[in-house]
Amino acid sequence: MSYLEHNVKTVPTGLSKLLRLNWALVLLLTAVACFGFLMLYSVAGGSMLPWAEPQMKRFALGMGMMLFIAMVPIWFWRNMAGLAYCASILLLLGVEFFGAVGMGAQRWIDLGFMRLQPSELSKITLVMMLAAYYDWLDIRKTSHPLWVAIPLLLIVLPTALVLTQPDLGTAILLVLGGGAVMFLAGVSWWYFAVVAGAGVGLVWAVLSSRGTDWQLIKDYQFRRIDTFLDPSTDPLGAGYHITQSKIALGSGGWTGRGFMQGTQTRLNFLPEKHTDFIFTTLAEELGFLGAISLLSLYALIILFCLASAISNKDRFGSLMTLGISVTFFLFFAVNMSMVMGLAPVVGVPLPLVSYGGSAMLVLLAAFGLVQSAHVHRPRGR
Amino acid sequence: MKRSPKDTEASVRKITRRSLVLAGAQTAVLAALGLRMRQMQVEQADEFRLLAEENRINMRLIAPARGLIFDRNGAPVAENTQNYRIVIVREDAGDVDEVIARLRQLIIIDPEELERALREMKRRSPFVPITLTDQRSWEDIATVAVNAPALPGITPDVGLTRSYPLAEDFSHIVGYVGPVSDYDLSRIEDNDPLLQIPKFQIGKTGVENKFERDLRGKAGNKRIEVNAAGRVMRELGRDAGTPGANLQLTVDAGLQNFVEARLTLEESAAAVVMDPRNGDLLAVGSAPTFDPNAFVRGISVADYAGLTDNLYRPLANKAVQGAYPPGSTFKMVVAMAALDYGLITPNDTAYCPGFTTLGDRRFHCWKRGGHGYVDLEKSLQQSCDVYYYDLAQKVGVDKIAETARRFGLGERFDIPMSAVTSGTMPDKAWKSERYGTEWLVGDSLNASIGQGFVLASPLQMAVMTARLASGNSIVPRLVKSVDGIEAEIEGATPMGFNENHLRLVRKGMYSVTNTRRGTGFNVRIDDDRMRLAGKSGTSQVRNITAAERARGVTQNADLPWERRDHALFVAYAPYENPTHAAAVVVEHGSAGSSVAGPVARDILLYAMHGKLPPLESYPASQRGKVGQMLNSMNLRQTTGAAARDRA
Repeated sequence: MSYLEHNVKTVPTGLSKLLRLNWALVLLLTAVACFGFLMLYSVAGGSMLPWAEPQMKRFALGMGMMLFIAMVPIWFWRNMAGLAYCASILLLLGVEFFGAVGMGAQRWIDLGFMRLQPSELSKITLVMMLAAYYDWLDIRKTSHPLWVAIPLLLIVLPTALVLTQPDLGTAILLVLGGGAVMFLAGVSWWYFAVVAGAGVGLVWAVLSSRGTDWQLIKDYQFRRIDTFLDPSTDPLGAGYHITQSKIALGSGGWTGRGFMQGTQTRLNFLPEKHTDFIFTTLAEELGFLGAISLLSLYALIILFCLASAISNKDRFGSLMTLGISVTFFLFFAVNMSMVMGLAPVVGVPLPLVSYGGSAMLVLLAAFGLVQSAHVHRPRGR
Repeated sequence: MKRSPKDTEASVRKITRRSLVLAGAQTAVLAALGLRMRQMQVEQADEFRLLAEENRINMRLIAPARGLIFDRNGAPVAENTQNYRIVIVREDAGDVDEVIARLRQLIIIDPEELERALREMKRRSPFVPITLTDQRSWEDIATVAVNAPALPGITPDVGLTRSYPLAEDFSHIVGYVGPVSDYDLSRIEDNDPLLQIPKFQIGKTGVENKFERDLRGKAGNKRIEVNAAGRVMRELGRDAGTPGANLQLTVDAGLQNFVEARLTLEESAAAVVMDPRNGDLLAVGSAPTFDPNAFVRGISVADYAGLTDNLYRPLANKAVQGAYPPGSTFKMVVAMAALDYGLITPNDTAYCPGFTTLGDRRFHCWKRGGHGYVDLEKSLQQSCDVYYYDLAQKVGVDKIAETARRFGLGERFDIPMSAVTSGTMPDKAWKSERYGTEWLVGDSLNASIGQGFVLASPLQMAVMTARLASGNSIVPRLVKSVDGIEAEIEGATPMGFNENHLRLVRKGMYSVTNTRRGTGFNVRIDDDRMRLAGKSGTSQVRNITAAERARGVTQNADLPWERRDHALFVAYAPYENPTHAAAVVVEHGSAGSSVAGPVARDILLYAMHGKLPPLESYPASQRGKVGQMLNSMNLRQTTGAAARDRA
């Protein structure tokens, strides 16, 4: 075991593990969640129900779960990675299967107290699986084509299943998150350069095919692209939401209109104001200062993960911490770009702030893994 | 998996290098996000704020048309009429005082109304349109429209408002609507955005209130495009919403009008007419009454004080809210209890010397000289109190109360009117809980003649009469259908009394009004197809004190109005095949058979004929006086006949 090789002596036991927790990270997560509670309270018109109170309960549950996961040694989780990955693939297949067999568009599994979306779970299990894979792989073989093909397959499998749901947002997060772990593990730059080049080429080909005989995508898909580039061309359809979102966000100004004073959200211009578009409410009511504070908190979370990963000699713990932090980064970066009109509208929630049980619990569980890697990291030489 | 220290070093170095590269990319994205925020929220903030104030695409709520209310024959009872009003938007007006001053040179605005609007305006956001004045004439609207350039922020507008074409007749049943108030908002848990519309009308009392959710409908909305000045450029889309459900009442507008007019001839009275076959309430009258349209328009303080200070309480719906001692009309229930428990036979007699002695107290019969030997039929016919004092001791209050409840006394009927009372049907447990004292035999004696603790509303007395007449446990029904869906008829099943017992009691009621010695012989109907069976009641409001007796006060006429006896009468007709049952209470009317009785007869005759009854239905000796009275009544001419033609 690579870990045991390092320092059996430094393995913490019992309560001393609690002291080794990355408490700064715990505080940062709580601070972000508090932003969420405030906004959910405000969006409900100054009421704990229907959103703020259930969200708080789930946060408390998630924090408990995080601490529990953190207390379990990291090597246990590494050994679980394959199992977890297979389980999440089975769950994805399960909802596909049941979704097809007359239960309607069911994308979740009912656990009684909450509904678990396997697609949320798969983001984390994929990262775990890839980290465990590179921990096992001889680092000299990392860029060998055969050993690059295997992780690609591991990424494509859940991505394909999620795409059929269809859930474009999650699919993008899976590809980018998985790619990031491959990059961190040391896969050669050339692979990434080729993929990026191919992507740019494809986009160019598609765009230039418009109106020609060999047009590659349908007209309505082109119109969607137009809408993203200039929302005002479709003020009542897809462009409507993004236009309203930008107006609300922009009208916040430096200090915002004040807590619970947002006119745009109040007047019901905005859709999904408690889930995907909650950042709009926050930016309108708390202004630039509020929005940049939240962004800073997110940046600090990423920074603490980075520091923890770099100081960790364990390859699995280090890669997983970074993979989770990148996934987390992608969550808020995609969501914020979307509501600010920098990216097309795909369904990605604002992590720990948007209302939603699955995403919150899965994220906190993931940070449990990060904590476990931190607590059990081999230190010194 | 073993790994050499050298490999570990290499791994750590690689991860560190690559993670710093990735961190660099992340920093770039974060910086882009931060800059975008700054650009939108700081540099372009004014631009976006302008867009937000004058949101290019605006959503406006469309209030749905409130559901209409009809009588049983389809005559409109509550409808929506066009209401021209003048609306101001504060932020468009600029100098509000100046604009309003200019407006007041053009049209006359009631200062009180204006002040209310200004207060409203201060509480609302600057972009919310506030109604300055409504119920305007078309001329006023035209004047404002022509002078629009001088009146920024002011627009003439047309909306729907509630109106009650039958005015006073249905005010107690249907109630009225009024602008939603802060008190309403705090009381009802409802986040319907419609309630946020200033002056949105919601049901305040009666059916309008109880069926608020059905009548209100669902809000629609329209998306409109506005320019930078806030002017509507075009409508982009519209969802009309769902209009409220229409209601049909069981009440007959023609009969209701007659009942209200007839009751108005007394000072303060209430009456309920129902169909004993299915429980349909055909008329629910309470006099004096008031004009609900005054409340919709916004009643003035002086007019409102006039209603609340009135000794005869016009705002109260005495038919369902008033609880009165039922007096002798309760005797049928006591007789049914005694028969049902097998404690008497119809031929058993009691001797009435004019009083009963209980301990050292005397309980008097209304007839001081006594009735002599009295059997069941005679006890009802002549309303002998002593016979019932006797029954009370035999049967006991608990069995009487048990039977009374089967007739609906003490029960709060679930009909959509405000403050429906349950009355009081006392028993031993009730008294010990309420007063902490034991039930006395004297209490039973008082209860047996419908005095003491017993209280019932005119509605309950009508139900009691209808159940006696039909033998079925019918339940009163006020709403016939909601949105075309017929409401179900409850309780058209037998109550479970022996039919012979019911027949005996009905025979007693028949004797009251159709035999020369009956207490209600004066209110007989002289038409074999429509014979009336009834029972009078006169209930004491308070005993005449010894001091007053010493002063020589022995008659009601000597007392002030509010201390005179209540006059009651319950009746049904036709005797053989009852189609109508009624209860009438004339507050402080002094005498049941001579005051309340004629009211009940007039109402039942009108109900059976479906129009003003011919004088031939009345006993020959009374026709002159009755004819004069009927002619003097101020009836609404059109409704009944017109509605029937339509149906």
